[in-house]
Amino acid sequence: MAEGVGLHERLRPYRVVLASRARAQRAYRTSFALDLVCSLLVGVVELAEIWVLFTNVTALGGLRFNQILLVFGLADLSFSLADLSFGHLDNLPDFLRAGTLDAFYLRPQPILAQLITSDISLRRLARAGVGAAALGVGLTTAHLTWSPRVAGLLPLALISGYATFSGLFVWAAGLQFFLLDGSEMTNAFVYGGRYAATQPAAVWSRPLKLVFGFFFPMAFTAYLPAVTMLGLPGPDWLPAWLGWCAPAAAVWSWLMGLACWRWGLRHYQGGGG
Amino acid sequence: MRATARVYWRLLVAGFRRQSAYRLAALGGLVANVTFGLLKVSILFATVRAAGGELRGYDVASMSTYVWLSQGLLGSVNLNGRTDLALRVKDGQVAVDFLRPVDLQAATIASEAGASLFALIPRGLPSVLLGAVTIGIQLPTSPLIYPLGAVSLMLGIVISAATVYLIAVAGFWLLETRGLQIFYMLASSFLGGLYVPISLFPQWLRIVAAVTPFPSIMMYPVDVLSGLGGTAEATRLVLVQLAWLAGVATIGQLLTRAGRRRLEVQGG
Repeated sequence: MAEGVGLHERLRPYRVVLASRARAQRAYRTSFALDLVCSLLVGVVELAEIWVLFTNVTALGGLRFNQILLVFGLADLSFSLADLSFGHLDNLPDFLRAGTLDAFYLRPQPILAQLITSDISLRRLARAGVGAAALGVGLTTAHLTWSPRVAGLLPLALISGYATFSGLFVWAAGLQFFLLDGSEMTNAFVYGGRYAATQPAAVWSRPLKLVFGFFFPMAFTAYLPAVTMLGLPGPDWLPAWLGWCAPAAAVWSWLMGLACWRWGLRHYQGGGG
Repeated sequence: MRATARVYWRLLVAGFRRQSAYRLAALGGLVANVTFGLLKVSILFATVRAAGGELRGYDVASMSTYVWLSQGLLGSVNLNGRTDLALRVKDGQVAVDFLRPVDLQAATIASEAGASLFALIPRGLPSVLLGAVTIGIQLPTSPLIYPLGAVSLMLGIVISAATVYLIAVAGFWLLETRGLQIFYMLASSFLGGLYVPISLFPQWLRIVAAVTPFPSIMMYPVDVLSGLGGTAEATRLVLVQLAWLAGVATIGQLLTRAGRRRLEVQGG
């Protein structure tokens, strides 16, 4: 990279592509409105799934419905935003099968950075809206005592959650170089991870706590920060102070993501032709 | 008549073989199914325990049966609404399908059913087995349940193929069926009992589910196979499924005939 070229100038190609993708989606108004409605409904159905359980019982894993809304809101808001900016990495198997990934090698930019900025799914904003609404209701009705602790944890949890889920998308993309047809396997931890993140981790068995509590650090995106904010003790293996370690989970997720990406990219032999 | 039946049987076998080519995809699906199954087990067991060990007829053992049977069925019933036919209707290739001396609806459903039956081998049975080994499931007590369960499962597969067929042929009138497809995906998985058993719904939502074909696709086969309400209840559910199949298939046939007259393919 030439000396003297500012960061602003270096990021310009990425900004131009993203802006054009965003414009393209809004060009067909009816189609975009339909996409927004569908995305909104996805969020609503996911929330309804939890609500149905609470029509039968008053508390699950030590949390009442308004407290679960806090967990659901944190998890779904940060997941939807990560999905908005990184979700299209799921299309990597299509690029690999069609051999179109090779075109990315021709440009003087890192391949991962190009892929990430190759698209942006604005429709996910609707689903993020459902998450934000659930979070808002949770925050106002769950009898939180507002304190510097809560005010500090809330942005910390959202930013770390966003980063953790983003890292998870990169992690999955790196593995796609090996899986190809078996790409659904990574759904187990990406979309399964989102599902796990909205659950009260107290109901998990010990193996699940290892897998979705620590290895894929889903409990750190929503449940643990929520428990810390509520001043609850937290279950076995997941004490409440871990809520403050959400940034460590994000770092772990990105380290694993980048390691898998490098490993996958080295394995890739090109599409031929 | 026998010759006609043989054609559709061949299409069913071809669908079965086509699906058998994607082994790695099946393994990927299985891993995802089992992971979601384990997470569903945790939250649903917690719900049953919070309700005092028994909830609307479910205890932990029968809840486990529900989770693993429904996860196992997931590879065999279409709850996402996407079909190849929808694409063929959109780009006009369906005109070629109409030239073939077979009924479009019957041929599509037979081929889909074949693929679904194959999916039971790498995805359905292993999901149920893994669930049975790791968590444990409850087996039905009456031997009559097994043949009824097999019939109900087959009906679920066929109703699923016949219902997504409706979305594809709606493409004769609509420019874009994607909205319909996503709506189907959300409604069929929620009202079909993929996330939570329908009997846990509040009453009004149970009624909403009962007036759609979706429970016949997944919930009723799972209920029949798990033998939850005994033979009488299982027989009733199979009859409800038969009624839905007749309804959905009739609408599909009418739409196909009307759509065929409407279809206009440009170019040559």
